[in-house]
Amino acid sequence: MRKESIIYMEGVTVSFDGFLALKELSFYMDYGELRSMIGPNGAGKSTMLDVICGKTRATKGRVIFGKNDVNITKMPEHDIVKVGVGRKFQNPSIFSNLSVFENFELSLRKSRGIFPTLFAKTTSKDREKIYSVLETVGLTEKAHGKAGSLSHGEKQWVEIGMVIAQDPELVLLDEPVAGMSTQETERTAELILSINKKHSVLVIDHDMDFIRNIAQKVTVLHDGTVLCEGTMDEVQKDERVIEKYLGREE
Amino acid sequence: MSNIGHEKKRNTKEWIIAGSVLFVFLIIIPLLSTLPGEDSWCRISSFRLNLLGKFCCFAILALGLNLAWGYTGILSLGQGVYFGLGGYCMAMYLMLKVGASGHYGSVLPDFMVWNGLTELPWFWKPMNYAWVAIPCVVIVPMALAGGFGYMLFRSRVRGVYFAIVTQALALVLAITLVGNQPLTGGTNGLNDFRAIFGLPLRGPDLPRTEFILYIATIVILFGAYMLCRWITRSKLGKVLVAIRDDENRVRFSGYDVANFKIFIFMVAAGLAGLAGALFVPQVGIIAPANVGIVPSIEMTLWVAVGGRGTLVGPVIGALLVNAAKSGFSESFPTIWLYFLGALFLGVVVVFPKGVIDIPNMIKRACRKKSKRAEVGVGSVGDVEKSNELSDKTSAEETNVT
Repeated sequence: MRKESIIYMEGVTVSFDGFLALKELSFYMDYGELRSMIGPNGAGKSTMLDVICGKTRATKGRVIFGKNDVNITKMPEHDIVKVGVGRKFQNPSIFSNLSVFENFELSLRKSRGIFPTLFAKTTSKDREKIYSVLETVGLTEKAHGKAGSLSHGEKQWVEIGMVIAQDPELVLLDEPVAGMSTQETERTAELILSINKKHSVLVIDHDMDFIRNIAQKVTVLHDGTVLCEGTMDEVQKDERVIEKYLGREE
Repeated sequence: MSNIGHEKKRNTKEWIIAGSVLFVFLIIIPLLSTLPGEDSWCRISSFRLNLLGKFCCFAILALGLNLAWGYTGILSLGQGVYFGLGGYCMAMYLMLKVGASGHYGSVLPDFMVWNGLTELPWFWKPMNYAWVAIPCVVIVPMALAGGFGYMLFRSRVRGVYFAIVTQALALVLAITLVGNQPLTGGTNGLNDFRAIFGLPLRGPDLPRTEFILYIATIVILFGAYMLCRWITRSKLGKVLVAIRDDENRVRFSGYDVANFKIFIFMVAAGLAGLAGALFVPQVGIIAPANVGIVPSIEMTLWVAVGGRGTLVGPVIGALLVNAAKSGFSESFPTIWLYFLGALFLGVVVVFPKGVIDIPNMIKRACRKKSKRAEVGVGSVGDVEKSNELSDKTSAEETNVT
């Protein structure tokens, strides 16, 4: 893998009982990038994230991650997290019965074994980190309320906060603004840009305005492979993309 | 922070409640069973004290099951297995202690003699020694739970499927016990004990032994409660709640979920085994009927009736349901099963969060009523909004005690 690349997927194929969700997909991303991924439904965007974070096993191909070229293709999910990959899911996946503070507390990069958690104490350093994450996502005032009682947009931010709290190198965001108002979408865009200062970020979404706000490099996925890559302008002008995806929107 | 102050207030309130409950069970009730005269109305007979001791054994089991089910979301419909294993270990030890003073004057238990056995089966031999039998009471159930849990949780078997498998195990154990009478006592189980650690289990001094066993059970119940409290308050306890909420998310936060499930399942099994061991000298018998599917389901119902996901709920549930069962079957021998059925229906339909939630339910109902009065016959939207608000606040109220 190139030294600058944080992740490299080579020839990844995912077959669900014969249906090929990903077809010999090759993809790489550099450190510090904020990459956006777009494409029609069923193109394989979420499946690609699933393969990276270990939710789905690739039938063929491999995924290499990080400075040490770790082959994460067959690693269990929790180990991939420890290597430095954080994933935010499409539907807000948070711990509704715990407070926002506790949601972040559980996400911290600390020992996650049985006895360490049994005897764990929340140190002041932990508290600092948790409050800094709370500030980043703008939920300091709701820190001790039950996470389940927040609005949909706030729950999305809680989940983003949980991912940041893990201190990952690569942040995977799956449709982070789904179901959000325009205001919330703008705020989320700012949030993602600030996250990008310290982490590499890969964002999937359908909202073109949102993507335009944050996009550096855009990858267009279609039918399980990469259709085209480039800046937002280049991609929007690409004939194949217009034909298969964006064109339909005019 | 106001949250820490609130926490401290809650803690003192809990200590007061726990202290008073302990006072009643450890001091008042024993006094009422010894001081008042035999015919006094406030005397608690030795029979009732013994009954209470039995209920408290069930409460210990309920605490364990609650850790697995209420907190982690693992429904086990086969806790009878671990209860039985603990009980049988204790019973084996007690039976062997009878020794040569039994009917046949043999070292072998009576049922083995008339089954034609000449030698003690291998797995009975270690039970001659207290230092083996007593730890086994907890270790054997935990080992089985660990092995079982490892196979199932690693394969991500969960929910209903897991529950069905636990049922299967209960059935298998019951059948194995019944079908191996020379080795296990068969359907009759193990009974006819003479003494436990020198305290007689029959004869005129029995009430004294029962008294001591009752005290021991209360102390151990309190210990089990403190253990559960410690676990649920720790970070591990929060991970368990998180697993119940969203197992996937826990995995993707870096935790090996299977290990946590195996761990808490083992703790629940250990507490069940302990309960079984305390049950045996107080009730005088352990049989396949205590181990199989029906008793296992009853155990789950104690937790459901009391209130899962709270610490005190299962204890209340175990005591309440068993007291009702005893009381009803005493007073209404022909129709007590209907009362029991009504109780369970009540839980499902009227108070799904258990008996312990009833005060909160009343609070919420009063709040809704006063909100409606405030709004008057206003727009439907207003009433709905205020209901939403009161639901939100009550959601915050539902503290995990």
